[in-house]
Amino acid sequence: MNDFWNWDHAAAVFPSLIKGLGVTVLATVIGMVIAAILGLLVAIVRRSGVRAVTWPVGFLVEFIRSTPLLVQLVFANLLFTQFPSLAVGCAVLGIHYATYMSEVYRAGIDAVPKGQWEAAVALDLPRGRTWRDVILPQAIRNTLPGLGNYAISMFKETPFLAFIYVVEMYAAAQAYGGGNFRYMEAITLAGLLFLLVSYPTSLLVRRMENRLA
Amino acid sequence: MSDNLQILVDLLPRLGEGVLVTLELTVGGAVLALLVAFVLGLAGRARTRWARVPSRVVVEFFRGTSLVVQIFWLYYVLPLPPFYVELDPLACGIIALGLNYGAYAAEVVRGSINAVPTGQWEAATALDMGPVHRLRRVILPQAWPLMMPLFTNLLIQLVKGSALATYVSLHDLNFFIGELRKGTTETVFAYTVGLLVYFAIAYALTLVMNALEARAKNNVGQGPSLREILRLTPARVDTAEVRP
Amino acid sequence: MPDTATKPAIQFQGVGKRFGDNVVLDGLDFSVAAGDRVTLIGPSGSGKTTILRLLMTLEEANDGLILVDGVPYTHEMRGGKRVAIPEKRRSLVRRRVGMVFQQFNLFPNMSVLENIIEAPIHVLGVPKAEAIAKAEDLLEKVGLADKRDARCTQLSGGQQQRVAIARALAMEPEILLLDEVTSALDPELVADVLAVLRNIAETTDITMLIVTHEMQFAREVSNRVLMFDGGKIIEEAHPEEIFTSPKHERTQEFLRAVL
Ligand SMILES: Nc1ncnc2c1ncn2[C@@H]1O[C@H](COP(=O)(O)OP(=O)(O)OP(=O)(O)O)[C@@H](O)[C@H]1O
Ligand SMILES: [Mg+2]
Repeated sequence: MNDFWNWDHAAAVFPSLIKGLGVTVLATVIGMVIAAILGLLVAIVRRSGVRAVTWPVGFLVEFIRSTPLLVQLVFANLLFTQFPSLAVGCAVLGIHYATYMSEVYRAGIDAVPKGQWEAAVALDLPRGRTWRDVILPQAIRNTLPGLGNYAISMFKETPFLAFIYVVEMYAAAQAYGGGNFRYMEAITLAGLLFLLVSYPTSLLVRRMENRLA
Repeated sequence: MSDNLQILVDLLPRLGEGVLVTLELTVGGAVLALLVAFVLGLAGRARTRWARVPSRVVVEFFRGTSLVVQIFWLYYVLPLPPFYVELDPLACGIIALGLNYGAYAAEVVRGSINAVPTGQWEAATALDMGPVHRLRRVILPQAWPLMMPLFTNLLIQLVKGSALATYVSLHDLNFFIGELRKGTTETVFAYTVGLLVYFAIAYALTLVMNALEARAKNNVGQGPSLREILRLTPARVDTAEVRP
Repeated sequence: MPDTATKPAIQFQGVGKRFGDNVVLDGLDFSVAAGDRVTLIGPSGSGKTTILRLLMTLEEANDGLILVDGVPYTHEMRGGKRVAIPEKRRSLVRRRVGMVFQQFNLFPNMSVLENIIEAPIHVLGVPKAEAIAKAEDLLEKVGLADKRDARCTQLSGGQQQRVAIARALAMEPEILLLDEVTSALDPELVADVLAVLRNIAETTDITMLIVTHEMQFAREVSNRVLMFDGGKIIEEAHPEEIFTSPKHERTQEFLRAVL
């Protein structure tokens, strides 16, 4: 029985896991802020209708979205050695998820009834004001569940940061495992901590989805 | 630059091997995921709690605990006591990818089956079809086209997730990028080539999946057939068929 | 007049049906003799569809018994207790009952012919060649012989509904349930469907239970009309009688509104 699960190891690794969890949550929050802002900009730019802009942006979004986050992280970390890995990691997470978020915004903007645009034109509102005061407030409401779902998804992908030497939760678990030749408690606990945070959050998001639907 | 290209050409066989490993992970993972998805998805809408609850627990567990943790749990924990199960690294990757994305796909299966109009279930019941017959011949053929676009998304995610394989000692495409970088000492060149190959794989898979989706849609009477799409001439719209 | 020596084809004995607090049927008793063509009329929401769905086991009654040919169908009394009949035995009765839906509900993943032969082959075990021959006959009968291999989605609503009728008839039902089968159709397509049904009424002895807003059709086809309101049958008569001189005040009101 002691072979299977050793509480001493579990207790020993726990503090560093919690510290790692802090880094994980921090990276998720910063990454998601970047994704939310950048994604909105991308969505607006892609709606501009100017081919010379929409085409390259469209390609870049497609490219970033369909290539591995892990490879992007390692690449960026090799390129920008002057910045701390955590900063590079947050930026890459943010940019990668901005490509997802831009789709969420696009759908949200499309869901605003056409009559709203027409009404804004009828009132002679300038385009910037139409966006800021009429369209976005309505669109963003629709995008909240998407934002929540991607935040959860990013949270579960932060362990990729371990491969650019950021000591988040998984890296902490692995370090303990490697140091003590005892992976069972460390990695299992890390997984359970991910579940412990992500599952209740996803229940909240689902409730929000149902309320908005 | 031409030196780099020369090195790339010299390394082409290795690139081929890397792509092959990535594709093995992708196909293996996708097949396992599909299996897991149908088992868990169907169990998730069973009438008895004894099937529904375990299915939900497994789905939430694999969705909630992070792919990275799962793959390394298989890689580091299983070979040690008390398990002593030493998995082949490829199996390790395929199982982790299959279980993780299978859990996501199970929700797709469940949702798509629920989205088939109730009238179809009722018509099948009115013809006295049993539950298995009804599911196999009426419901699943209609749920399938609803699943396809979501499966395509998950498949691309799976390809991206497969890059983890490098860290369980597999020589996949991600591993090859590292080799190319060492060979050329050009980070930007190596990663640009590598990411482009990933992009090409994802793009090709998307095309295949879109074709399958079109076929699935056509099978339930929506949209043109695959042959019409491939012919590239606009399909003849037979309006005479619509009205007597 | 129904033959008293034979068991009624359909018999409701004190059937109750609730949706939550909404009592739709309350101790409903009525019976339909074999070969009868009965039309159910009544205000919207009175429970006409619910009666048909109970007969198709698409809903489960809360009280009472439903009998087909005198045999308990969904529930039976055993030792003074009302117990559910297992699915295997229900199935044997259910295959003798056919239903045509308001929304047709053809299977879009099958051709017209496949829709018709699917259940005869795989439920009744009819040999394929025989099922196809039968299906072709039925398609002839509903005037769609040339649509044999068409996709259902390419047919008009009226054509789809005629295929749905053929599909139900392919099971050789003894009882056919028709729930507002023309009300999802454009007006100009209604006549074809009604003609098919009239033909079935004339050439077969299938027991028919019809819910319709087409009073003229009810008059031509049915030999009994049940006026349904407040979870009960409040009037029942021959169509000529009920349409020309309804007795119950609610029936008069209802007919004034729809005729
Ligand atoms: N699945 C259900 N869940 C809850 N209530 C239901 C359900 N099906 C029917 N009802 C309720 O039962 C009552 C009877 O419905 P039913 O469809 O049988 O009426 P109907 O006589 O066929 O009406 P209509 O002429 O409009 O078709 C209605 O009040 C309806 O709201
Ligand atoms: Mg009704």
